[in-house]
Amino acid sequence: MSVAIKVENLSKIYRLGEIGTGTISRDLERWVKMNVLGKDDPFLKIGESNNRSEKGNSDLVYSLQDLNFEIQQGDAVGIIGRNGAGKSTLLKILSRVTTPTTGKVKIKGRVASLLEVGTGFHPELTGRENIYLNGAILGMRKKEIDRKFDEIVDFSGVERYIDTPVKRYSSGMYVRLAFAVAAHLESEILIVDEVLAVGDAEFQKICLGKMGEVSKGEGRTVLFVSHNMAAVQSLCGEGILLGCGTLELYSEIKEVVKKYVYNEIDSSVQISILGGLSFSLVQLNDGSIVDDVSSIRELHICIKGHGLCEKTIGLTIFNEENQGIFSAHIFDFQDRRLNSSGYYIKVPTGLLKKGNYRVEAAVDDKQNECVLKFKKTYSDSLFLNNNNSKGLLMLSDWTHLH
Amino acid sequence: MPNTIEQLNQDWDLTIAPQSSLFTLNLKDVWRYRDLLVLFVKRDFISFYKQTILGPLWFFIQPLFTTIIFTFIFGNLAGISTDGLPQPLFYMAGITAWNYFADCLTKTSTVFKDNANIFGKVYFPRLIMPLSIVASNLVRFMVQLLLFVIMIVYYAVKGANFHITWAIGLFPFLVLLMALLGLGLGLIITALTTKYRDLAFLITFGVQLMMYATTVIYPLSAAPIKYKHLIELNPMTGIIEAFRYGFLGQGELTLQSIGYSTVFTFISLILGVVIFNKTEKTFVDTI
Repeated sequence: MSVAIKVENLSKIYRLGEIGTGTISRDLERWVKMNVLGKDDPFLKIGESNNRSEKGNSDLVYSLQDLNFEIQQGDAVGIIGRNGAGKSTLLKILSRVTTPTTGKVKIKGRVASLLEVGTGFHPELTGRENIYLNGAILGMRKKEIDRKFDEIVDFSGVERYIDTPVKRYSSGMYVRLAFAVAAHLESEILIVDEVLAVGDAEFQKICLGKMGEVSKGEGRTVLFVSHNMAAVQSLCGEGILLGCGTLELYSEIKEVVKKYVYNEIDSSVQISILGGLSFSLVQLNDGSIVDDVSSIRELHICIKGHGLCEKTIGLTIFNEENQGIFSAHIFDFQDRRLNSSGYYIKVPTGLLKKGNYRVEAAVDDKQNECVLKFKKTYSDSLFLNNNNSKGLLMLSDWTHLH
Repeated sequence: MPNTIEQLNQDWDLTIAPQSSLFTLNLKDVWRYRDLLVLFVKRDFISFYKQTILGPLWFFIQPLFTTIIFTFIFGNLAGISTDGLPQPLFYMAGITAWNYFADCLTKTSTVFKDNANIFGKVYFPRLIMPLSIVASNLVRFMVQLLLFVIMIVYYAVKGANFHITWAIGLFPFLVLLMALLGLGLGLIITALTTKYRDLAFLITFGVQLMMYATTVIYPLSAAPIKYKHLIELNPMTGIIEAFRYGFLGQGELTLQSIGYSTVFTFISLILGVVIFNKTEKTFVDTI
């Protein structure tokens, strides 16, 4: 096996705030110092990390900092990390949309990248015309599209609409058609950003299946960015964890996901008590707070706080693979006692296998705006995905606290 | 996989690095994407007349009405000379040629801004986009030229005072010059406006004003001596004069004037392509 992608000392610097250093004179000063005098960028302060939630002193940040890695031909690699960790920047450089500030990337084979579904689709053109246009934008020759046209239409499942302008399509059909074109690219390397968030469950399954086929069946190299840990794990063998622009871990996907998931929890423990609300795991008999539930048969998860009767409450238990296996929600406001100081729900721990679990709870007000989340989630899309999880869903088993 | 042994002497198909030479044009890449160029032209053409009743006929309306207005204002009210040519023919020749150049220039000058979304998501040789603009305007130009030819035939039947000269053979060359001049200047402007947009404001009315500094509504022979050299400095003047001389037999076609336009065109084209090429790599970060 040989190396398909080799990344050497790759860095990308972005400037925060307005474009330019602010004034044309500072731009000129910078240009003279860098290009004429051969000095380093005078406005770049080295050594500051790129953490989006912290205040920094420098205007310039490393979106990617000194990355070094190699990807073997035929590997499927998942790239994960929090928002702003540099995932998209890395993909943008690999797909030649932008250039690195320093360092090099060497690539063997044709690259097809799918950073967005339906790039270049023209709303006035029909599905047929858009297949040709989009295919050509992605790098296909006309003959190639001719040959695969029927296959693409079949895969997309929008045959009936193929001669209708795509502006009349539903958003799901639009995505189906667009992904179908991209999926039929002939390239040695396929780069896919989080694009499967749209489309119905059936189509998401088809997409993942197609990508699996591409990587396992045809031996092509796949780079896949996603916040959907279950999808990443089922598709990829290896994983890259990015944190604030640096490479934190490059290993087997299981290890990488584990590290990512537990990093997340550590950084958010302190939010668990806030604004007079509290959240605890308690034992049934004596109400004592527990961390280890292995010895108890029945676990009560309890949410306390004033004014909870007007809020929507939801909680989900996740397993180590980060799949929600158990969810419970309260939506209706009529049946609730106004003076209740909180709610609890019984969780049959006997149903749980041995292992570590993570509990997330969220309290929303009537406008569905989240007023409090006890544990941070990885992203909004993940939180919504919980509704699709395979676990049990209990709706009305909440009991008032006295 | 981590910890692999570095493989030496491997052939790479592609190396992505911060800087490359000013003159790496990747014309091979552009050629490989020629189908895309054709499809872009098709897209522009089809989307132009989708959901219209008159369809491609709309290409005629604009030059037709401009000619009528010009004939009325500059010909009848202002009484500007047309070198003895029928006024509608004189104006239409100027308008058709000028429009092609102006469309190429204005559309190319916003190519980065207009396509920031698509350029930010997928790679293809960026030069394809301005080239496709020039090509789709060429389609439009040819349709409008048809109108011009119809008018020529009409006036010829009526026995108006004009004649076609040998210089009509220069026509393909003149079209090429107009296309490349518009392209070159447009590329320079689009590259310069990714960071500071000031120039973009200038271009919208600048092109309009520039028309009056070109011999569109008056013949070069009617220009005051004082300003004649200034007007001749405009590279479009030589082209339009030659165009008119070819089709209508009136206009000042000299080797100097056409030579000057040619040199000017190629210098701006080379400059434009080089600046564009340098900008295309990072403009996504600054647009």
